[in-house]
Amino acid sequence: MRETAYWTWFIISAIVILIFAGLHMTVMHLSMLGVFNPDGGAVTDWGNVAFRSQNQFLAFSYIILLGAALYHGFYGLRTIVFELGPKKSFQDGFTVILWIVGLILFGIGTYSAIAAKALETAL
Amino acid sequence: MGNKQFDNHLGIIGWLGGGRWGVERYLYILHRLTGLGILMFFLLHIFASSVRMYGPESWNVAMVLLKNPIFKLGEFFVFVAFAFHALNGIRLIFIELGLAVGKAEEPIFPYKSSLNNQKPLMMIVMVICAILILAGGYNTFFGSH
Amino acid sequence: MEKVPTTNIIFYVRRFDPEKDASPRQEQYTVPVEKGMTVLDGLHYIKQTQDASIGFRFSCRMGVCGSCGMMINGKPGLACNTQILDVTQSALTVAPLPNFNIIRDLVPDLVPMFGVHQSIQPYIQRKDVGEKENPTMEYFQTPHQLEEYLQFTYCIKCGCCMASCPTMATDREYLGPMPLAQIYRYNVDSRDDAGATRRNIAAESHAVFNCHYAGECSAACPKGVDPARAIQLMKKDLVLGYFGLAKHGKCAQLHKKPDKASYKPKIDAPAFTVGK
Repeated sequence: MRETAYWTWFIISAIVILIFAGLHMTVMHLSMLGVFNPDGGAVTDWGNVAFRSQNQFLAFSYIILLGAALYHGFYGLRTIVFELGPKKSFQDGFTVILWIVGLILFGIGTYSAIAAKALETAL
Repeated sequence: MGNKQFDNHLGIIGWLGGGRWGVERYLYILHRLTGLGILMFFLLHIFASSVRMYGPESWNVAMVLLKNPIFKLGEFFVFVAFAFHALNGIRLIFIELGLAVGKAEEPIFPYKSSLNNQKPLMMIVMVICAILILAGGYNTFFGSH
Repeated sequence: MEKVPTTNIIFYVRRFDPEKDASPRQEQYTVPVEKGMTVLDGLHYIKQTQDASIGFRFSCRMGVCGSCGMMINGKPGLACNTQILDVTQSALTVAPLPNFNIIRDLVPDLVPMFGVHQSIQPYIQRKDVGEKENPTMEYFQTPHQLEEYLQFTYCIKCGCCMASCPTMATDREYLGPMPLAQIYRYNVDSRDDAGATRRNIAAESHAVFNCHYAGECSAACPKGVDPARAIQLMKKDLVLGYFGLAKHGKCAQLHKKPDKASYKPKIDAPAFTVGK
């Protein structure tokens, strides 16, 4: 049952990535047309980065994309590694490590997605 | 008898071949390789993107580092990998949820299989993938950035 | 009498003698091949006229027993079902099925595969055990219900699908296309009532979700069983079950005799031949 749950969320996260990464690509490239580009210049200039962090919807969608992509990527990695035939104890340990590393990276990413907003207002 | 048998498992090479060298086998291998490639990029992307939490000075230093043309080329490879992985992924979602494999039918020679059912979907997916890669390549190498 | 035209085909046969060899070696034989000769015929010719020590399995020689599965020019198939001249006009490579241990020459050890097959409970299980052991009448099953699993009953357990599966190449715990397809075959059979047990087996690690649709199993199957289709349909069933949307029909019930019909005189079933 657990594997069914893991795999079902793997598929759901795939669809979430399709939507939100598409959105991410659109936003990053539409910026050239000045849509999310109040500061002008390159899409990766600080002003524009901070602007996007302050936009609630965009910050939210970055966090969703981060979570979905971490889950999807780590489940895929887990599947590939498991198919190479490690022992059961390694399999259990590896799963736990992936969860921990994934949550840590999710924490880092989420913090940085909203931190730029705080820094902008502080500066 | 008790004599030693010979282990004839193919190992990782078996992921590449061992059957009829069908297209679907190669799509499976490419899906794995692009997945691993995207994962490696993604982990680097999280760290690069997280520099923003240190403020504008650090951010600008990072951005200057990333202007190196090797990263531009890398971005193209990531795009190609993502385009393939996403489109083949869409195909796999249809197949693995049982939507593109057809119903069970009594086998009558010459046998058809779910491979025939998913061929049209595979063709569409590959064509769109080729278009996206060409568009991305044009944008990367000939577009203005 | 006319001499039938023959083509000299060179057979490259992968040999392995566990008492002498550390690893397999290749030996070469020349076989005069007439149109219509199968790979099995060629191997018999070699055994009878050139090298009596060559070992290979065969039984029915007509593609229904599954004994003669082997790699023929790099693709798994039945030796008795494969015409030599359909595959080559000059050289033919014959090797034992990969992803199994080799006992000797072209003979793979299929016992582990049979063990896995046994572990998935490949038999009808029902609550009315008394009726099952001493049947009084048929179970009612419509042709539509039969069609849902009939394709997967044609499996002859030859091992060609297991040999061609990429996951089988590295993952020793993987159930394999044949057992997974057979899980689906019994779960979808309306006469069976043990779907829940087998679904748990299919949903484990190294089971259904380690199939990634490389499609090689269905391409290699000599009977058109299409195990890949069965496995994907099994995944669909499990995901629907996860969301509580799976519709598992009622178990097939005993057929009710129409009022105006009458039974033929009862014929006693043959005596049990194996333990009672």
